[in-house]
Amino acid sequence: MIDIQMIAVVVLIALGISAAVLKRNMIKVVMGIGVMGSGVNLFLVSMGYVEGGVAPIFTNTPNLTMVLATPQALTLTSIVISLAVTALMLSFSVMIYSKYGSIDTRKRRLKE
Amino acid sequence: MNEGMSAIVKTMSVLLIMPMTIFGMYVIIHGHLTPGGGFPGGAVMATMMAMLFVAFGAEKSKKFLGKGSLSTIESLGLLAFAAVAFIGIQATFFSNFLANSASYFGMSISYGPNPGYLNSGGVLPLMNLAVGIEVFAAITAIVLVMLTYREEKS
Amino acid sequence: MESLRYTVLLAFAGLLLLTIIYLHPVGFPGDAPMDEYFIRNSQSETGSNNVVTGVLFDYRGLDTLGEASVLFAAASGVMLLFRRKKNE
Repeated sequence: MIDIQMIAVVVLIALGISAAVLKRNMIKVVMGIGVMGSGVNLFLVSMGYVEGGVAPIFTNTPNLTMVLATPQALTLTSIVISLAVTALMLSFSVMIYSKYGSIDTRKRRLKE
Repeated sequence: MNEGMSAIVKTMSVLLIMPMTIFGMYVIIHGHLTPGGGFPGGAVMATMMAMLFVAFGAEKSKKFLGKGSLSTIESLGLLAFAAVAFIGIQATFFSNFLANSASYFGMSISYGPNPGYLNSGGVLPLMNLAVGIEVFAAITAIVLVMLTYREEKS
Repeated sequence: MESLRYTVLLAFAGLLLLTIIYLHPVGFPGDAPMDEYFIRNSQSETGSNNVVTGVLFDYRGLDTLGEASVLFAAASGVMLLFRRKKNE
């Protein structure tokens, strides 16, 4: 039996890779990479889930069954790094547009 | 974009400055007690700055908060984070020298649920504060630079 | 050519599905001694109620330093890319 989270992970990663590989617009490639990162984050968090667990925070917690803490910390790291990478990729797209006049990845680049 | 949006948007964004700032600072300061921490709190405060940029026009806001000062704040946040890590170097790098020391942020708590004491956590609140400042300045700088870019006519 | 690409992508998705069958089911991660140690000792060692913050800033502090450096480098790179040319 395949869990619903894993199906979502497969759908997100396949959609992200297909957008990153098949699309010609550079902005759509960046969006595909972002969707793929979301799939990886969902994979990490759902791998650390414990049945019936709560978030690993002891402030007024209802029960002491807690989900694993390390995947959540790594997911926080991954989110921040994907933000930085997305900002850099978008800046490169803007600079390529202003230099070459197009963000199509399969066109002739050099403006003559 | 250059002269900002309508008076309704400006008034509402001015009204929203205080709640958003206080919420961001709450998320940063309570990072060791509730969900949150330096990264989400800094992102909330950077969202407040982005709202101001959109409402009042980024060119006008640039006179009060430029790229240089944002870069300085960002560097200071990262340096403070590394400095707090270096203070505990006599034990090890990133040693939590304030935990269980009965001084500032040094209250010792034991395993189990509790209502949450702000005076605990050791160096974690200081690191949360440094990282919050850094993330706030970094995201604000990225948004400001992207909004005020104008293509040269060549 | 287009259909070939979509076939390759569908094969890739099938490979992913084949992989996740062999993972452990969601909700039952098995033995995790490191995380049990973190949850058990985070309050007494770091004084933090939030175990994720304790892992992020104390047990894995170097990781967070690298993460903050990456964000700093990205912001610096964006500012460098969007700079104005002085001589024009």
